[in-house]
Amino acid sequence: MKAFTYERAATAEAAVQAATKNPGAKFIAGGTNLLDLMKLEIETPQHLIDVNGTGLDKIEVTPEGGLRIGASVRNTDLAANETVRRDYGLLSRALVAGASGQLRNKATTAGNLLQRTRCPYFYDPNQPCNKRQAGSGCSAIGGVTRQLGVIGTSDACIATHPSDMAVAMRALDAEIETVKSDGSTRSIPIADFYRLPGNTPHIETILQDGEFITAVVLPKPVGGKQIYRKVRDRASYAFALVSIAAVIQPDGRGRVAVGGVAPKPWRMEAAEAELAKGARATSGILLDGARPTDDNRFKIDLVERTLGAVIAEARV
Amino acid sequence: MNGKTEVSFTVNGEEQLLNVDNRTTLLDALREHLHLTGTKKGCDHGQCGACTVIVDGRRINACLTLAVMHEGDNVTTIEGLGVPGNLHPMQAAFVKHDGFQCGYCTPGQICSSVAVLEEIKANIPSHATSDLTQQAKISDIEIRERMSGNLCRCGAYSNILDAIVEVAEARP
Repeated sequence: MKAFTYERAATAEAAVQAATKNPGAKFIAGGTNLLDLMKLEIETPQHLIDVNGTGLDKIEVTPEGGLRIGASVRNTDLAANETVRRDYGLLSRALVAGASGQLRNKATTAGNLLQRTRCPYFYDPNQPCNKRQAGSGCSAIGGVTRQLGVIGTSDACIATHPSDMAVAMRALDAEIETVKSDGSTRSIPIADFYRLPGNTPHIETILQDGEFITAVVLPKPVGGKQIYRKVRDRASYAFALVSIAAVIQPDGRGRVAVGGVAPKPWRMEAAEAELAKGARATSGILLDGARPTDDNRFKIDLVERTLGAVIAEARV
Repeated sequence: MNGKTEVSFTVNGEEQLLNVDNRTTLLDALREHLHLTGTKKGCDHGQCGACTVIVDGRRINACLTLAVMHEGDNVTTIEGLGVPGNLHPMQAAFVKHDGFQCGYCTPGQICSSVAVLEEIKANIPSHATSDLTQQAKISDIEIRERMSGNLCRCGAYSNILDAIVEVAEARP
């Protein structure tokens, strides 16, 4: 691990100021992904700003009847929260489908959104990777791609976003609240938060240098049957091959976001108009334009079948 | 550039003051600085669970957290759970049920097991919890799911499960 200086920030404002003063700094909260990457020298921050003391660990009902989730709320606490379990069951289900109990006890809401891909070529410093080192090339293309993306990818990168939580957040239309380095704040719909790789796969979100996530806000509950179905190589503690986050209303209308297939949680509102017609029609539009490899073509069928199972479950 | 930071935390009831390189993980602080070698380094990447310790009542991977991030925290390692002659019930149950072979993953398995029973008691849900609106219950499938972050390459899983179930059933 490369050497770095370390400080603890007491407020969000102090964290942002520290980042402005220290170019090349990173915020650290849970650290479950960042420290792993620092050990491999894939991340090499010169300065770490520990934001665990900023008091952003609360879950509060908003005046609009939604829920404001502090950036450093642990995955365990978010999954166990009574309001989340009752009104946003999809989110609770997605959280407990991810990682292990130990990791969920440390991992935070903002950190989960910002975790990096688990593409094996990104993790192997001996191989070129455009995400790890811009312009160096992509070893995954033509390599072992079973786990990798089928849609939203580019000729520069076919990595997927690994989060389960973010897939549920996308289906629930979460907004991400931030403080920018000039002290101004903004609220970013999760639909706009992640960038597709294009020619710049090393830039993953629209966050600016030093911009700090303070909370994730959910709109008021949408009801319906809320289902998170994750398909993976083991029964537990594995990343998704395909996952479906769905909210299905009694009249058959609903929302569907897909994980494990794209560089971001994948949702196409136009596909949701087809839900009443069934899984084939819906997944056909969702994955229109997909560019699978021979190794991961199975994901196209798997999305359709998993969505079919979800729709069937919602009717019970 | 100052690459070191002073940090104090409690380990197994004893206050510790350290001045460590910022890069020192909690795991390395326990093993190399405090010579508490019960906590094991397996993968050092949060995948195997051998380094599991309990911090402020919650199990975490000690390899994926920096020592300097634990100012004021209360850390319990396998040495703090029980000692020969005065074993924690979970340690005794692992011995009784032969819940290990080589023993390398065992400190992490036991710390994790103790915390798992507390998590179920605190109604923290898992992937195996069938109804999110009901109190989580102890069952084989719940324990297996919650222990999935602790790998045992010797494959002592069924005996580990027997040990945990026995302690769970003995609890009031």
